Amino acid sequence: MPIKDIVSNPHSPWMDGTGPEADIVISSRVRVARNLAGLPFPHMLNQIRAEEVIRAVQAAINGREFRQKVGHMELIRMKDLTPVERQVLVEKHLISPDLLESYEHKAVAISADEVLSVMINEEDHLRLQCLLPGFQLQRAWELVSRLDDGLEATLDYAFDEKLGYLTACPTNVGTGLRASVMLHLPGLVLVDQVKSVLGTITKFGLTVRGLYGEGTEAKGNLFQVSNQITLGQTEEDIMANLVSVTRQLLAQERAAREALYRERKDQLEDRVGRAYGLLKHARMMTSEEAIRLLSDLRLGIDLGIIKNIPAPLVIELMVLTRPAFLVKVVGKELSPVERDVYRAQLIRKKLSAAQQT
Amino acid sequence: MECERCHQRPATVHVTQIVNGDKRTMRLCEECAREIQVGTMGFFPQIDFHNFLSGLLHEFGFPTGPAVVTAGARCGACGLTEERFARQGLLGCGECYRYFGPRLEPVLRRIHGNTRHMGKVPERTGGKMRLKNRLERLKAELQAAVSREEFERAAELRDRIRELEKQLQEG
Ligand SMILES: [Zn+2]
Ligand SMILES: [Zn+2]
Repeated sequence: MPIKDIVSNPHSPWMDGTGPEADIVISSRVRVARNLAGLPFPHMLNQIRAEEVIRAVQAAINGREFRQKVGHMELIRMKDLTPVERQVLVEKHLISPDLLESYEHKAVAISADEVLSVMINEEDHLRLQCLLPGFQLQRAWELVSRLDDGLEATLDYAFDEKLGYLTACPTNVGTGLRASVMLHLPGLVLVDQVKSVLGTITKFGLTVRGLYGEGTEAKGNLFQVSNQITLGQTEEDIMANLVSVTRQLLAQERAAREALYRERKDQLEDRVGRAYGLLKHARMMTSEEAIRLLSDLRLGIDLGIIKNIPAPLVIELMVLTRPAFLVKVVGKELSPVERDVYRAQLIRKKLSAAQQT
Repeated sequence: MECERCHQRPATVHVTQIVNGDKRTMRLCEECAREIQVGTMGFFPQIDFHNFLSGLLHEFGFPTGPAVVTAGARCGACGLTEERFARQGLLGCGECYRYFGPRLEPVLRRIHGNTRHMGKVPERTGGKMRLKNRLERLKAELQAAVSREEFERAAELRDRIRELEKQLQEG
């Protein structure tokens, strides 16, 4: 799909709800940082040399061998997108918010299926990303590694025998690898154990943050867990560690959901039913409320309390009702009140359409 | 007055927070105040990673202020000063790792618990690196063989070294 279509389509393959453990692991992402040899890192680059990086990547992805090995990727400069379109790429998790800051000489290359992307001139010259639905870290690493090889076939990386891949920030040096899973943990939040459970995982060299909300909050009970250490371990070790900790979190979340359903069935069904009712009938809704209710609805679907709504639709709605996407869908700038009205309308429409099919 | 955070409910609480060393007072509704306080309970260690890193750098003796730049305190390739590195937490180029190497090592050890890359090696250029490594090892073996007067073995090693050097030159 061309990038201009990607920014108007709310759906992305990572929201498919496919892949193992998809009831809790919404998506798996692997990112690696790479820099080109002989060029200062992006924050030290002048405009001309920053353009050099973009052109080098463009040439690399146009190569015949790259296309055979990796497939077609389209490159677009951030300045050629509208502000809303740029924000939509962030909301679809295809680029990081950092790529929006002084974007004059930044760019992104995206594969037609939206699984692979390369951010250009972010903190490092290149940030390669693979984003898949469900719990598929190993597969994501294989795809990123192949993309990496495809680019390296023509690009010279800044690599040091002892320190590995050299990055602008010393916290990324070595493998340059950030692997992460996005987890929906309403059960642990409801039994009030999420802090103690997530608190312990920092002991395993992992970090947690709330997906939505300013830094510390986890609106919609969505958490992102990722590795912190990048040097001194193989990529396989880093991923094995994240996989085993994630398995523990899955077990704890399942146990919490079972306990809730067993011991507080009425309260739980009431909570889910109220969320569903509001989503179906409310006429105005803030994005905060939407995320919170959609999380409750998703839990109800996973527990079999709600039967006629497909689970992936909930994740799609979470993305679709973010502010920039809403503007894109409606096609004009919106006042805060209008936004809340359109958001509620969109949710009503999507939910009733899903019920009819 | 409305809540500064959600702009919906009335502000009833004053909350003081320290953000990046600056004290900030916000007027919030009770719900937002509670959420903010819950959030600071400490399982989000990467909130301000650059601040953390620059604190770490100061601890390891990187300058804190715009100190007088001494010789060697600046990357010879890109010109990044130690002071700017300590402030931003970002290196300027690949060569910076060499210029600041000895001073960076304890920092890397503290961050990663390790200072040696164990992972992937670039497929194309890394292949050359693997050849170079093998060449070094053979040269060391050759010296050992010569000193032990194992001339047959030395001749054998010389042939293999020549072969490898040819491979390296051809790229
Ligand atoms: Zn508020
Ligand atoms: Zn430098």
